[in-house]
Amino acid sequence: MAVVTVANLTKRYGDSEAVAGIDFTIEEGEVFALLGPNGAGKTTTVEILEGYRDRTAGDVDVLGYDPAGNARAFKEQIGVVLQESSVERDLTVREAIDTYGRVYPKRLVTGDLIDIVGLGEKADARVKTLSGGQKRRLEVALGIVGDPDLIFLDEPTTGFDPSARRQAWEMISNLSTLGKTILLTTHYMDEAQNLADRVAVINNGLIVAEGTPDTLGGRETAHTTIRFSLAEASIGDLPLAPTLVEGPVVEYRTDEPTAVLHTLTGWAVGRRVALEGLTVARPSLEDVYLELTDGEER
Amino acid sequence: MKRPSAFALVANQTRYEWRIFWRTPISAFFTIFFPLLIFVVFSLVFGNERIDYLGITTAQFYAPSLAVFSAVSATYTNISISTAYQRDEGILKRVRGTPLPAWIYFVGKILSSIAIAVIGTLIMIGVGIVFFGLQVYPETIPTLLVVFFVGVAAFAALGLLVAALAPSGPGATAIANATLLPLAFVSGVFIIPSEDMPTWLNAVANFFPLKHFVEPFVAAFSPAATRSSFSWLDLGYLVLWGVVSLILAIRSFRWEPPTGGGGGRSRRASAKSA
Ligand SMILES: Nc1ncnc2c1ncn2[C@@H]1O[C@H](COP(=O)(O)OP(=O)(O)OP(=O)(O)O)[C@@H](O)[C@H]1O
Ligand SMILES: [Mg+2]
Repeated sequence: MAVVTVANLTKRYGDSEAVAGIDFTIEEGEVFALLGPNGAGKTTTVEILEGYRDRTAGDVDVLGYDPAGNARAFKEQIGVVLQESSVERDLTVREAIDTYGRVYPKRLVTGDLIDIVGLGEKADARVKTLSGGQKRRLEVALGIVGDPDLIFLDEPTTGFDPSARRQAWEMISNLSTLGKTILLTTHYMDEAQNLADRVAVINNGLIVAEGTPDTLGGRETAHTTIRFSLAEASIGDLPLAPTLVEGPVVEYRTDEPTAVLHTLTGWAVGRRVALEGLTVARPSLEDVYLELTDGEER
Repeated sequence: MKRPSAFALVANQTRYEWRIFWRTPISAFFTIFFPLLIFVVFSLVFGNERIDYLGITTAQFYAPSLAVFSAVSATYTNISISTAYQRDEGILKRVRGTPLPAWIYFVGKILSSIAIAVIGTLIMIGVGIVFFGLQVYPETIPTLLVVFFVGVAAFAALGLLVAALAPSGPGATAIANATLLPLAFVSGVFIIPSEDMPTWLNAVANFFPLKHFVEPFVAAFSPAATRSSFSWLDLGYLVLWGVVSLILAIRSFRWEPPTGGGGGRSRRASAKSA
């Protein structure tokens, strides 16, 4: 069952289109990542789905609601972690979680939640004394205190140190294990790769690629590069015409690496020659991402 | 899966606002201590003499007038400034993302600020009674209560309106102070305006609600006061201001920081510190 359905969503600010007609769906229990550079339209999209912003055009269905209606029952089922916000400086962590938790019909137990986000030692500390990463964890806690079915995480780990990021990933995976549907935005390829079942790359308000982290942008098949060195005399005898020859270095770019490798290695074994320094490389998600987004940050 | 009752939610919000207020020393200082300081200083500087043209002592005038000033600070000033700052910081935006109904959010703010106003007023009156011989006339207490609660409710609503219209926290601070202080002078809070005050200034004082709060409240502390010395006109005027302010505030209220995108400060700061 689709939890989120977005069709031809458009958001215009003055003359510029922050979101220029995008479509995607998120299935129940799925972790969906919107990956894109600064200004791509991630926050605009997410905040339309959360009910904060109006849309210029397009159809949006979130948990059976039009989020623009801001229905109370809708808000009870979603959890929102904003890209930019802050928590009351003068409350303690526990007080903040209690206060926000009380507005939901079902809620996580405060003590458990504090442990889930790893703020056990800071439970009774004032928010103003927390570090940036700790504040962010508290914001995540406030986002999920109502035990939502659908969780929006707008750049949940920006500002985290590497170990805090790992912990956050683990936490998000755990939420996903509990059957929550999660929409997250991120700049980080590794984050999308680690967490998401499906990734949409967004750039200039358009989705330029969509798929699982492994298949994104045809990554699974396209552009696999096979490279090795061979005595120059034998190059002319190769069973397949190389894409590129540079001195002794031979390179193939192929969509069918298995077949090509089979032919090449079969030939080499038959001829008793070695394919020196043989490598088979797929482009990393980062390569795909940079290519898709033109390596350009607006 | 039962929804929390409206009563529980109102209690939760009121307690939350109350807590935040007392943990912000600057607001507690200006709301409670500052008016008290003025009261004590005035009573000492002027001597607690009978003010001839009023026929009452200094304290008998200043205790109630500055109690009203304290109550207006607790409601009008406090709500407008704190709400605008909370919006700047993205806190209102977070609240908006929860199922909390907006009206409960407003009611929590109003009730908490009224409770603070009660504390400030009781302290002022208490200090007046204990140290400056302030007389309270029991037959006027019902009048005092009615005037007080209508007055603070109206000023709480007005505070919400300033919060709704102010561009930012500092903007709300400027608006609240720049409106309250001059009005307090012309409305008979700090001084009794002289008979020679220009008519236009008198008209200004009559137009705004402060005078209609202070005058009946102070009058109830006059030895000549009786239960019937309360003016339905003043009261009705306060109600009118309150209702109109509340409607305008709700219609123009904004939950998002001025940039629309978010309260940049906090996230940038946290990205740096992590
Ligand atoms: N309230 C607004 N008014 C005008 N333009 C806006 C507004 N909000 C966003 N934009 C523009 O829309 C575009 C998309 O912004 P958005 O915040 O959605 O990007 P993003 O993908 O979340 O970027 P980041 O990774 O930096 O958070 C940007 O060009 C931005 O300047
Ligand atoms: Mg963003």
